[in-house]
Amino acid sequence: MQVMSNLLPYDFSPLTLLSYMLVLGLYGVALLKMPGHDRPGPGRIVTFTLGVMLCYAVMQTRFDYYSQYMFFVHRGQHLILHHLGPFLIALSNPLPVMRFWYQRISPSVHYWLQPLGWIYRLLQQPVIASVLFVGLIYFWLWPPIHFDAMLSRQLYWVMNWSMLLDGVLFWWLIFDPRAPAMTNALGYGKRILLLALVAIPQMILGAWIVFSRGMVYDVYEVCGRAWPMPPETDQLLGGLLTWIPPAMMSILGILIVLRRAMHEDGKYPQSHSLAGGNP
Amino acid sequence: MTRTMPLWPALLILILAGCSDSNDNWHGKDIAGLMPDLEFRLNGTDDGTVTPDDSKGNIRLLYFGFTSCPDVCPTTLSDLRRSIHQMPEEYQDDVITLFVSVDPRRDTPERLASYVNFFGDRILGLTAEEPMLRKLTKRYRTTFGYEEPDASGNYNVSHSSAVYVFDREGNARLLLRPGLSPEQISEDLAQLARESSS
Repeated sequence: MQVMSNLLPYDFSPLTLLSYMLVLGLYGVALLKMPGHDRPGPGRIVTFTLGVMLCYAVMQTRFDYYSQYMFFVHRGQHLILHHLGPFLIALSNPLPVMRFWYQRISPSVHYWLQPLGWIYRLLQQPVIASVLFVGLIYFWLWPPIHFDAMLSRQLYWVMNWSMLLDGVLFWWLIFDPRAPAMTNALGYGKRILLLALVAIPQMILGAWIVFSRGMVYDVYEVCGRAWPMPPETDQLLGGLLTWIPPAMMSILGILIVLRRAMHEDGKYPQSHSLAGGNP
Repeated sequence: MTRTMPLWPALLILILAGCSDSNDNWHGKDIAGLMPDLEFRLNGTDDGTVTPDDSKGNIRLLYFGFTSCPDVCPTTLSDLRRSIHQMPEEYQDDVITLFVSVDPRRDTPERLASYVNFFGDRILGLTAEEPMLRKLTKRYRTTFGYEEPDASGNYNVSHSSAVYVFDREGNARLLLRPGLSPEQISEDLAQLARESSS
């Protein structure tokens, strides 16, 4: 009984539930219908599902309650929505699934989806992507904005969804499975540089929260905590969660990209004319 | 391109100002549009159900606490009382404080009544069963939690430390954070009372 009630959403959002069902549904149908040689292996399927379910869990279970009323749990929630969940989703390489659905969409819909493609390509410019990635963290953690976001239900949902969508975009840019030697995917060196660059401002922000003497985020004081915990402890833990795990995710990302770069070294011809417009 | 550049910082400031408390007329935090209007169904101290309609036409100050609260609640309630006393006399009777106890196990109607009476006669002591209180606090994006009781059965309760201010129509208007002086609260309340007294 207790377990059941913990699995139910604290603040039920039909749109969120529908989106997750749609994503998992589309993924599942594609797996069943796609030709065997395209189909991702069990490891990748598990990674994808785990990433999606982690994000769902922090948005639509009891976890969300604690995220709303404890700063450090909120930081944990964003760590999953902006880092770990999208990291796993991108790492699982859902490209064949996306390709499968793209081929089944009629050309007229392709035409209407074009603007979406333009926005996507704009957001995936390395500079824009990394500024957006770090900028969103800073934006939502800017004390007056953070206060409003925690007070207003609408803003709260906008915050969580923006973190999740931006996380997926950023980690997809990093783990884009297409080889930069053959396509116009971002080069491995640039990916590593981005990962290192985005880690620094996050560490600064986290350290600033940890070493702040006063209360930076008084909204948790104002709105009451989920259980009585000294505000300093809450802020310290939240700061540490902003500081260390994201930096570690960057390092993990760098190692994965490095490994891939080494595997592909010399695998593809260096000729640019074959690569099809890779600058 | 270069000619429009100086506009960017100005635009940025405008955008950011729009996001923060841009309304400098209030000492409290302007929550108009951020929070839902006043709605509840709670038990009063004399066996009756109390709803916002009972205090319609008044400015309502909603505060969550518990009577065994060692410091925050008494300080807040006496500050509110002082703030109301400092308002222009004609408006003093237009403000009602709603003290909602989130500790219904210990706060019986009698105990609640004697507690709120200590802070004046324009204050209502309210409470309900825990699920009802959970619903109400969720509506105002706040919560409460209980500490493990000690050997003598005493326990601490975490609760919101802010006061929600609703205007005469029951619209959420201000959030009074701890740290405001009674003078500042008084100015805000008077301004709110003036704006809607006609």
